[in-house]
Amino acid sequence: MGEKILMKGNEALAEGAVLAGCRFFSGYPITPQNEVPEYMSWRLPEAGGTFIQAESEVSAINMIYGAAATGIRTMTSSSSPGISLKQEGISYCAGADLPIFFANVVRGGPGLGNIAASQGDYNQSVKGGGHGDYHTIVLAPNSVDEMGNFPKKCYELAEKYRMPSMILADGILGQMMEPVEFKFQPVDPKSLKKPEWSLGSAEGRKKRIVRSYDLREGELEKLNWIRAKKFKEIEDKEVLFEEKNINDAQLVLVAYGTSSRIAAAAMKMARDKGMKVGLFRPITLWPFPKKQLAKMAQRVKNFLVVEMSQGQFVDDVRLAINGTAEIDLYARPSGIPNGEEVFAVVDKLYQSIKPAIAAKKAEKSKPAKKAKAPKKAKPTKKLKPVKKFQPVKKKTTKIKTAKKSTKKGGRR
Amino acid sequence: MELVNKKPSSLVDIKMHYCPGCGHGIVHRLIAEVMDELGIRERTVGVAPVGCAVFSDDYFNCDMIQGPHGRGPAIATGIKRSQPGCIVFSYQGDGDLASIGMAETVHSAARSENISIIFINNAIYGMTGGQMAPTTLIGQPATTCPKGRDPKVNGYPIKVCELLSQLDGARFLERTSVSTAQGVIKTKKAIKKAFQNQIEGKGFSLVEILSMCPTNWGVTPLQGLKFVDEKMMPLYPLGVFRSPEQEGGQK
Repeated sequence: MGEKILMKGNEALAEGAVLAGCRFFSGYPITPQNEVPEYMSWRLPEAGGTFIQAESEVSAINMIYGAAATGIRTMTSSSSPGISLKQEGISYCAGADLPIFFANVVRGGPGLGNIAASQGDYNQSVKGGGHGDYHTIVLAPNSVDEMGNFPKKCYELAEKYRMPSMILADGILGQMMEPVEFKFQPVDPKSLKKPEWSLGSAEGRKKRIVRSYDLREGELEKLNWIRAKKFKEIEDKEVLFEEKNINDAQLVLVAYGTSSRIAAAAMKMARDKGMKVGLFRPITLWPFPKKQLAKMAQRVKNFLVVEMSQGQFVDDVRLAINGTAEIDLYARPSGIPNGEEVFAVVDKLYQSIKPAIAAKKAEKSKPAKKAKAPKKAKPTKKLKPVKKFQPVKKKTTKIKTAKKSTKKGGRR
Repeated sequence: MELVNKKPSSLVDIKMHYCPGCGHGIVHRLIAEVMDELGIRERTVGVAPVGCAVFSDDYFNCDMIQGPHGRGPAIATGIKRSQPGCIVFSYQGDGDLASIGMAETVHSAARSENISIIFINNAIYGMTGGQMAPTTLIGQPATTCPKGRDPKVNGYPIKVCELLSQLDGARFLERTSVSTAQGVIKTKKAIKKAFQNQIEGKGFSLVEILSMCPTNWGVTPLQGLKFVDEKMMPLYPLGVFRSPEQEGGQK
């Protein structure tokens, strides 16, 4: 391709999947992802594929289960409540070791929530989603360009490891328009090798079975151990992340998807004011860049997590850093912050850690002294567990104002 | 000595787990004979349900997929649309097809998906131990209606063929039984028609088969046959409800 096209995120997602060889889509309307099935309804037949508007999300994911079992590249997409409905089917695909690809253009929740962007489905996406012991490979784009280029990566990972993969987007990424450049040659589905487990045309071979159950004593556990080993391998090999201004950073913002764009704006404001602020952005949310964060926490002692949820993503950051650095949280559960708001939090936090940074500098220039201990205690006091939740208080007031403005616009 | 009757090659030569007097084994064999006769074994994909027939993915000697409860028609749709050359059948019980999977049943018929559905109606949940099914008869006891199905509490049985016959997309609908030798022969003919229709691209076909579940009915196998003839047939009359020959028409 190589040319830039102005597209909506949802359309880029659909086109990216078709260019990556998708030839089967089934879905059900739900805002804010409707452009995906709408686009697929004309684009797939044009490419010689199948589009079906299913009677429900439940049916849509099971059509995917059937189609994917024949060894072709398929796709379904939905938004939060619809993804919840698909979880049983996704679990079956995981249990049958089928490579499937789906996208969640997340909206506010729980329940019917609202139709604006949110990151409230983080835990559902990275901790399994459906029932049973499994993982889904989760890629989190933060631009329309990545919406268009990530489906191919998702297919490749899903097929390499025979498991579900997904794109975790949100209403902003789905609806906004940006230039996209598809940075790969269109995939001809005929060029893809039929997998050795695919169903249909059994001439001259033994029958094959695709299923997600095994009632034989001990067999399911064996299978789950094989999968656990595979998951470990993925965590070792397939982590993707992005770093900005990390080298000299004293405070690192950690955010994914839309939040990472907002955090990047705040980081720029901070840098303009001479603050040493960096940004760490996981691209794969599962596998999570644990090792990379842990390594960074050997040097950087202050992190600020920015997420559009109550504090789900921050748990994975905490697990990775494992108490070796201070982690603060700016959370907006189904609220959308702007760069200035995040910068205000960054500014306040940065001022509070300044003495510690200065102490550290002094410590570096002078030989180690016992006197440094009380100095160090200061920031620790400030950020002890109880106070750590202060940002949550801040955020509550902010939500209130945000709510007011939504109410003016009326509910849908 | 000449072997005049043998196991169809479309059935795997292993022991089935079904109870004495159960109808599943008979219907499995009929489907397998039809696959053999039509020479479609190697291009057939079967969808096994949740329920007693869950292990049919081991029994049929063709490619099989086992899916979530009620979703057979959706899975079959996915396979058929992506591999139109395959012959796809979904094998389902009454709880699967008429309760949890009713939406998939109705909508695959409405879309006239070119698939064949084999529907076993034995008026009870078998695998889970005899709970009330959507097709359980009025007054018939089940573990979740121990005093018998009371319409005031449990509503009325669903007549699947009659219901689907309202849909233009349902091309072939027939109800048969496997409680008599004659019924078995008719059932085989209906199954063959359902597969033939698919080969000819005629659209959605469903065969509803009244079948026995002596274990969960709490009767002997012989009494089970009688139950189908005397209790089920008056509510679920046998016959063709729709056929491609009488396009758009109803019985």
